[in-house]
Amino acid sequence: MERRDFLKHLCWVITSGGILGGLSADAWAKMLNKDYDTTKHYYGMGIDIDKCIGCGRCMQACKTENDVPAVPFYFRTWVERYVIRTDRTVSVNTINMESDELGDVLAEKDVLRSFFVPKLCNQCDHPPCVQVCPVGATFKTDDGVILVDSKRCIGCRYCIQACPYGARYLHPKTRVADKCTFCYHRLVRGLLPVCVEVCPKQARIFGDMKSIASPLGRFTRMNKIHVLKPSLNTDPKVYYANLDGEVN
Amino acid sequence: METAQNFMELSKQVVGFIYPNEIDIQWSILIVVYPYITGLVAGAFILASLVKVFNVKELQPTYRLAMLTALAFMLIAPLPLQLHLGRPERSYEMFMTPNLTSAMAMFGFVYLWYLMLVLLLEIYFEYRRDMIVWSSESTGLKKWVLKILSLFSTDISEKAVAFDKKTVKIITIIGIPSAFLLHGYVGFIFGSIKANPWWSSVMMPVVFLFSAIVSGIAMVMLLYMIIKPLLGGKIDMKCLDKVASFLFYAVIVDFSIEVLDFIHRLYESEESIKILSQLVTTKLFISLVVLQILMGMLLPLAVMAVIKVFKLQEEVRKLLYFVCGLLIQLGIFSTRWNVVIGGQLFSKSFRGLTTYKMELMGMEGFLVALALLILPFVILSILIKLLPPWKKEELAGS
Amino acid sequence: MKDFFKKLPEQAVRVVVVFLVLAVVVFVIRQFIIPPEMKEPALQRASSEEREAAKEIHYAGAQSCVQCHDKEPEIKKSGYHRDLACESCHGAAQKHVDNPTDVKPTSPKKRDYCAYCHKYNFSRPTGFPQINPDMHNPRKPCISCHNPHNPKPPTTPRSCNACHAQIERAKAASYHALITCTVCHTAPEKHKISPRTVIPTKPDKREFCGKCHDKASPRKGVPTVDMATHGEKYVCWQCHYPHTLGGI
Ligand code: SF4
Ligand code: SF4
Repeated sequence: MERRDFLKHLCWVITSGGILGGLSADAWAKMLNKDYDTTKHYYGMGIDIDKCIGCGRCMQACKTENDVPAVPFYFRTWVERYVIRTDRTVSVNTINMESDELGDVLAEKDVLRSFFVPKLCNQCDHPPCVQVCPVGATFKTDDGVILVDSKRCIGCRYCIQACPYGARYLHPKTRVADKCTFCYHRLVRGLLPVCVEVCPKQARIFGDMKSIASPLGRFTRMNKIHVLKPSLNTDPKVYYANLDGEVN
Repeated sequence: METAQNFMELSKQVVGFIYPNEIDIQWSILIVVYPYITGLVAGAFILASLVKVFNVKELQPTYRLAMLTALAFMLIAPLPLQLHLGRPERSYEMFMTPNLTSAMAMFGFVYLWYLMLVLLLEIYFEYRRDMIVWSSESTGLKKWVLKILSLFSTDISEKAVAFDKKTVKIITIIGIPSAFLLHGYVGFIFGSIKANPWWSSVMMPVVFLFSAIVSGIAMVMLLYMIIKPLLGGKIDMKCLDKVASFLFYAVIVDFSIEVLDFIHRLYESEESIKILSQLVTTKLFISLVVLQILMGMLLPLAVMAVIKVFKLQEEVRKLLYFVCGLLIQLGIFSTRWNVVIGGQLFSKSFRGLTTYKMELMGMEGFLVALALLILPFVILSILIKLLPPWKKEELAGS
Repeated sequence: MKDFFKKLPEQAVRVVVVFLVLAVVVFVIRQFIIPPEMKEPALQRASSEEREAAKEIHYAGAQSCVQCHDKEPEIKKSGYHRDLACESCHGAAQKHVDNPTDVKPTSPKKRDYCAYCHKYNFSRPTGFPQINPDMHNPRKPCISCHNPHNPKPPTTPRSCNACHAQIERAKAASYHALITCTVCHTAPEKHKISPRTVIPTKPDKREFCGKCHDKASPRKGVPTVDMATHGEKYVCWQCHYPHTLGGI
């Protein structure tokens, strides 16, 4: 038993009069989710571009929930704003909750179409990041989520190079790779990923692909679905509806 | 929060759109140094093998020097990798649970194979007889170091020496594909990243290999021209001309492969072509067009062609060779820079370019990189003291 | 075997011995000294998954809120904010769930919070209610007129631009600026309550535009075409976008 675990252990013994004392933090978590069976689930997410209003609640909640540094440079999920002008030129930026850059610089008549695109780790079915990790610190769970083992990652950043979607970053505090986990700690407790929870427009739909009767099931039935960069054969499990061809 | 401020500064220099996480350039100057150094190892070894396997007699004076150069750089090669890790203290994990699908995980094994089975063994058999003789001639620490290095072997009979010779030849034959593997594999680390169109190419290992050969030969040539006179010997012009002409052909091959790669990309003109041409014409213009191609390739090629055509005087030739060697080193270092840094300057959204600002001090800064580039020469000077590449007669006789 | 070794010169034997010793040492260390948790990927994965699952949650999820609060959720149920999770506005509340008396979640009362979603931005999908904070009752807190749990405009929207500001703005700069929406569209009253299910009409006949734009039309100063030959079978708005300048 490690020292930290041992200390925690000690705290438990004192506070709960020894009832829960025999458990380390890990074992406690296991007890909490004892009904949870990883093999019974396979997760995916749907995103409806036509619904996203670019309010940035998801980005903000994700940072709070997952201890992502609060500066506007590290993101597990972010929202891009696309503006396609009448002369077919495209400009893109990441929306920023702090600054007021949502303000309009363009005259309406110059805009052909414009929309927001929420982005996050695609939890690829063929994840190139997992393929390249030299120590096997990033891996795919049975329920289809790509995780990073923060105790073993050596911070070589090969996975960051290999991810085609810019979904990973090196956490400045822990110095290991970090990325969206679909809020794995919430899933095992039966909760939704936090971005899905707070999205005011239900532009994000979360679900289990092993169950047909789920919001995600309906989403993929009723919409034409596209994924990002399909030519790279990563098989993303984040499905977009009404995605524009300009998005990459 | 200091990084946040840095990023704020950097984000002002971003052109177009990049994914927000891409503001942080992941692989820094140290990862530029790494392929540069392994390239020198592979190149120096290939030059040495010309003597043993292909029996190019004129090159004999450079053989031992080339082997020692390869060893000196090889010993430093893992350092830049180690130092750039986010958690350097965990690097042993790579030997605990190597992930077999990862090109980088194989680094440890390729490295060990090459260091132990090729370089050390070959140097051992090459120097064994001399080590025994030298250790009997010297006293104190040196005597014992040489004894240990020769594994306390004592047999200097003709039969034993003949065996050494044969073994060296066999090891060299194994060594050539190993050297190709060592550096081709470094190319593969980059070439296999399908997410990055600047890197992702089957040509990558080949380009790496030939640029390695070029840089290694040029480095040994430079060292030969500096060290031999320093030790009191004379530069063997026949040998130098031969090295230079191998260098000339190597540069030509390297250049044609790179041009081929370039034309291929331009002609196929895939989705990424717009952002890549923007990259080449703006952020990489100096390091790619000016340093790598014009100064690092075309100029030395022209100079060496002039030397070949016109019978120039010995002294002029020496000077020009020396300048060519330096230019080529500069060019190959730029090549590594353009691959490693260049590949991270454009966004994977293909919509923008970012900037790399090199630190001066920090762990991944300029000074550390400089130290890593100087260290091999320090090691080389120790090796030369211990295992002189030329015998006394050779130094005096020629 | 023995003969073979005898035939080998002594230096070769030395080398072989050195390598054998090295190999044995490495093997012994790996096999017997290193504990299995350091070299078994399966074990490491399991423990990494457990650590991930044991992470604390910050957002409690709407299910937790309704266990104590009933008034607000009841009001919210039938209003426009029915799909909004409590924590979208009140922020991460797991601490409040753990300790309801001492920790209180936030309640944003300022205008800029509502503006995250409702400030006008042309990239937002049309139909989403947006205002220009500088013009819309400046400085007055939103909640003095709108109940955030059931946000209804104090009166039914007078004009369409409450939700269709983008179209309204474009139209204001076009030749059609003076034509009100209802000249071309009839919006059933129910559209204001269920905007997506009850949809306003669009002109379905060429003759409708022809009233002004036909060659034979008595209107002066309006570009006209010969309706008999121009545009064949298409309704005018299938090519011309009537809301922008010039109607191209
Ligand atoms: S940074 Fe960490 S997770 Fe990513 S490849 Fe390197 S060791 Fe693996
Ligand atoms: S999106 Fe990137 S980080 Fe996520 S699984 Fe795919 S390659 Fe890995």
